[in-house]
Amino acid sequence: MGIEIIEPGLATSIQDQGRPGYYSVGIPPSGALDLYSAALANVLVGNLPAMAVIEATYMGPKLRFTTPTVIAVTGAQIPVQINGQEIPQWESVSVNADDVLTFGILQAGARFYVAVAGGITVPEILGSRSTYALGAFGGFEGRSLKSGDLLPVGMESGPVGRIITSEWRPEFPREIDVRVVLGLYDYRLTDVGLSALLDKPWKLSPVADRIGFRYSGQKLEWRDRVQPFGAGSDPSNIVDAGYPVGSIQVPGGVEPIILHRDAVSGGGYAMVATVISADMSLVGQCAPGTMTNFKPVTLDEALAARGIGQQRLRTVQAKWS
Amino acid sequence: MGAHEIQAPLPGVFYRRPSPDQDEYVAIGDVVTPDTTIGLVEIMKQYAEIKAGAAGKIISFEVQAEDIIGPGDVIAVLETDS
Repeated sequence: MGIEIIEPGLATSIQDQGRPGYYSVGIPPSGALDLYSAALANVLVGNLPAMAVIEATYMGPKLRFTTPTVIAVTGAQIPVQINGQEIPQWESVSVNADDVLTFGILQAGARFYVAVAGGITVPEILGSRSTYALGAFGGFEGRSLKSGDLLPVGMESGPVGRIITSEWRPEFPREIDVRVVLGLYDYRLTDVGLSALLDKPWKLSPVADRIGFRYSGQKLEWRDRVQPFGAGSDPSNIVDAGYPVGSIQVPGGVEPIILHRDAVSGGGYAMVATVISADMSLVGQCAPGTMTNFKPVTLDEALAARGIGQQRLRTVQAKWS
Repeated sequence: MGAHEIQAPLPGVFYRRPSPDQDEYVAIGDVVTPDTTIGLVEIMKQYAEIKAGAAGKIISFEVQAEDIIGPGDVIAVLETDS
């Protein structure tokens, strides 16, 4: 029972809701960059939200099913075909043995998810089936998929015709607000530097992957100081510290980088702010060129937003439980 | 005579040469087959080859080398027989 990879697409990998709890020893959470869409793909095919799915980025893979099963495609907007016939996204659909799944050209967003009834049953490592490609473990043999790979899947049957309507789907505008909590090192910026960070949009560059998202825009101004022992000579350097997932570092004061779910766990760049967890899926769906405004919120507001996001997922799940 | 637009299947930085010191894959006026590589798109430290997708003669490039392009953007136009 499985899925054969005929063409892998671009950096296509197996992801679930991640591997939290090991960042302190250098292992990032990994998991789908759009956790919400990945969870809902599972719900459509009758899986638990945390089961493993296929994450494709920008360009779709070409897959063949070796047995009948039920699938759903969520996330970024892209035409989806079975044997050349278009099928809807955000809806569970049955497939037969030897059916071939292909994709058209991406319309909006960046990452899309294929869930299969029973999930992709690669081995769990540290409690997760997510791929961490830099660490060469998790997912399918610790790497992105290649032609000829045969993925194990769970079940041959599942619910067909479950639909998630548009009000519950993410949107992919070309200009977005991303909420951040300032710090820990925002005090290193001058007032002019801080307003440059917050008052004008940043443009997502093509350098955007599971590790980090780099933006272009204005240069930030740092406060003068004598660099402390152990810090690099550039004003954007600090004595090495742990990097939160979602933290924004600005090497050299140009081109902020948002660290995402495969990021390294620490280093010597000042983190001027951290994207709130509720907005990380939004960041994960940004295509190059997306204009991004960083909007400061308090920690209480960040936690409230996290609660609203979790409630939204539970509300959709409850339709079928 | 027809026309075929070669569309970008993915976003990224477009290149017309396999590497900076090599010749361009194709030039205007060249005759190509569907499998001819006409350029590269770089994204996430990977290079994807862009194929012509149809047989014909290249009549224009709609983007410049090193431009940032989006999915669905027209890269080049072919004149085809059909």
